[in-house]
Amino acid sequence: MDYVVEMVGIRKEFPGIVANDDITLQLKRGEIHALLGENGAGKSTLMSILFGMYQPDRGVIKVNGREVRISNPNVANRLGIGMVHQHFKLVEAFTVTENIILGSETRRVGMLDIRTAANRVEALSKQYGLNVDPHAKIEDISVGMQQRVEILKMLYRDAEVLIFDEPTAVLTPQEIEDLQGIMKNLVQEGKSIILITHKLKEIKAVADRCTVIRRGRTIGTVDVADTSRETMAEMMVGRSVSFKVDKQESRPGETVLEIRSLTVKNSKKVDALKAFSLELRAGEIVGIAGVDGNGQTELIEAITGLRQAESGSVILNGKDITGLSVRQRNESGIGHIPEDRQKRGLVLDYTLEENLILEIYKRPPYSKNGLLQRAAIRKHAEHIIQSFDVRSGEAGRSIVRSMSGGNQQKAIIGREVERDPDLLIAVQPTRGLDVGSIEYIHRRLVEQRDKGKAVLLVSLELDEVLNLSDRIAVINNGELVGVVNASETNEQELGLMMAGYHKEEGSA
Amino acid sequence: MNNSIKSLLAVLFGLLAGALLMAVTGHNPVEGYKFLIQGGLKSPERIGNTLATATPLILTGLSVAFAFRTGLFNIGAAGQMLFGGFCATAVGLSVDLPRALLLTLMVLAGFIGGALWALIPGILKARYNVHEVVSTIMMNWTAYWTVYYVIPGYFKGESLETESRQLPPEAMLHASWLSDMFQGSYINLGFFIGVVAVLVVAFLINKTTLGYELKAVGFNRHSAEYAGIAVKRSIVLSMFIAGGIAGLAGVAQYAGNASSLQIGVLPSQGFDGIAVALLGANAPLGVMVSALFFGVLYSGRGFMNAMTEIPPEIADSIIAIIIYFAATSILIERLFRKWKVRKSRAPHSAANKKQGEREHVDNA
Repeated sequence: MDYVVEMVGIRKEFPGIVANDDITLQLKRGEIHALLGENGAGKSTLMSILFGMYQPDRGVIKVNGREVRISNPNVANRLGIGMVHQHFKLVEAFTVTENIILGSETRRVGMLDIRTAANRVEALSKQYGLNVDPHAKIEDISVGMQQRVEILKMLYRDAEVLIFDEPTAVLTPQEIEDLQGIMKNLVQEGKSIILITHKLKEIKAVADRCTVIRRGRTIGTVDVADTSRETMAEMMVGRSVSFKVDKQESRPGETVLEIRSLTVKNSKKVDALKAFSLELRAGEIVGIAGVDGNGQTELIEAITGLRQAESGSVILNGKDITGLSVRQRNESGIGHIPEDRQKRGLVLDYTLEENLILEIYKRPPYSKNGLLQRAAIRKHAEHIIQSFDVRSGEAGRSIVRSMSGGNQQKAIIGREVERDPDLLIAVQPTRGLDVGSIEYIHRRLVEQRDKGKAVLLVSLELDEVLNLSDRIAVINNGELVGVVNASETNEQELGLMMAGYHKEEGSA
Repeated sequence: MNNSIKSLLAVLFGLLAGALLMAVTGHNPVEGYKFLIQGGLKSPERIGNTLATATPLILTGLSVAFAFRTGLFNIGAAGQMLFGGFCATAVGLSVDLPRALLLTLMVLAGFIGGALWALIPGILKARYNVHEVVSTIMMNWTAYWTVYYVIPGYFKGESLETESRQLPPEAMLHASWLSDMFQGSYINLGFFIGVVAVLVVAFLINKTTLGYELKAVGFNRHSAEYAGIAVKRSIVLSMFIAGGIAGLAGVAQYAGNASSLQIGVLPSQGFDGIAVALLGANAPLGVMVSALFFGVLYSGRGFMNAMTEIPPEIADSIIAIIIYFAATSILIERLFRKWKVRKSRAPHSAANKKQGEREHVDNA
């Protein structure tokens, strides 16, 4: 069998933990091979070994059938292995070409020769259908295109094997489709791809074979075409996982949130949200669907008080809260699971228990006469840790920075749900999380709905919006395109609305 | 690695480097250190003087550390100390009150003076996002020139143009029982101001909701804003308190250790405070200990110079090297890890990864 890359019996131990234990991964020439596993399963360690950042304790790596020792990333590059990192490594102020040649500049009589390089970049871009302008500046191009620049970087260095590390985490649905097209082009042109991901849908869409690892061990390698999503998920998590969110028909009650003709400017002083109106009732989940950057952030910030509205009003339980401060709004019954959990949602250098009182530290029993009451704070933390299954090294005393993303998110959700708000706003609540955590968080949100809370869900994952919501409001360019019932719509219709095509019927 | 171990290592390296310097310049390091330590701690009087020398350092160090804990870099402790000291001196020279009341008023004036001096950078930071490093340095010079102008103009000394009048004894922090206890040392009530300030700050940042707020803003402005904390108010308040503490250093220095205020000098304790805070890992108690240590070095170096041929600048060099090691404690930490990993016979890159992996495993 013709394998481009073979990693056989790889073991890597770090003090106190076995990150990889006898893992075998065989990449055929011209295939897209998915590497599937939960956060912490050992995917990154394995790829770091292939890329020369770590040395395996045991095991053999073969490239083109020859045993090799990859002592550092330069060796990996020379062997034709390239990595498209999840977080791009680009110089913002440089052009595409300048970024691509950085480190292997073309020279002519000692001078930088940009033109030759640009021509080559353009040719490569055409050959693989990447559609990148070699002279554009990085700061001016979209995230999707930046990623294509990263891919070009590898192609420019004649990489035969491309490793994609969670490539879709930062992309919009449309960009994801484009990327998948590009990946297929690449393999048609003879490249081989390792795709690191925990998204089963993507594997189904592009991969030929899939190797699943769990807790540092290979569970198996399967042909994607013959394997169902459910089977792969089970291999990954170690138990069966349900993708459908189980929920009853919603029974909406009183109006909880009313947004009236809200206009909000973004940081560049441009109207990002334009005369947006929406109603949200108790006992329902309303999803906001839209491509990233179409006013979702501004909408949420205007509701929660983080940003001032230009005009229009926000009414919570019949009370106008447009002029209130963040804290006053919190106290009037808004819970907010923010988009960026590390930037907004948590003080990473505080302990877990300190984070769990972030909004309520001023209230008894957590403080009295301006003094923090450690015992009450600890009890509160223990309660949330237990009922939301937040795992960490030292329970409430763990520094949040040291916790995994999934557990950080569970902590935020626990904190917000525990405050028992009438309106729960959940923005991208499952971004970057693995299947197990996603399932759990979805269940919790539905549970809030069933308890008679109003839930406002903003997500860039169309599946999530469709699965969880009772009604879906589509936003495009800061305007409400329309509101549809989740049970009466589908991805195609939503996709069209997200692109701005209006649907005739109004809210249901 | 523990912060106090890091600081102790920095001190150890500093002392070793000092020994090396002494040896290279042809002196006996053992002798040098013997006299350096004796100079600081040999007799009750010397101990008292060491405590007095350390007092302004405790307060400026505390000021820098407090600001740092709340996310602000207060480079302006020197100016705040000078202006606070000036305000206290001005009160001491112009108000006639019973001693207890007068001293209380002076301490208050010192606090308020320093606090006002830091308030301006605080407001600039909160409202216009002016970086406090720039504005506090500018305020240092504003204080310098203000004092330069006002002292000769309104509080001129009897004989010297460059000094204020001597403070009357009742407007000074000296206490005879304290001097007697330390056999004639110039130690004064300022030391107690320092101790009380350390305790109050420790209490404030660890036990109160205010401390919780200020630290949250320091760690992460965005999440503080999300939580509904008034971020701008917190920044201004942090600077106000930090400046006030530095102002108290001025009271201890100019109404305790000295009896008049000189013009044309920015107090070096203001800048040493940064080093004290760094070595004390920005913890109130740590600041106290590191200030006392600096106090020993500063008050012992004269004795060392008198008893040996070693120049007193060696003490300054030691301090400089300690600061260097404290500032590069990350480097020390890395070396330490490397050494630990090598001992366990694993490749060295593993140390960094270990932590990351553990975090994830908790999740799996």
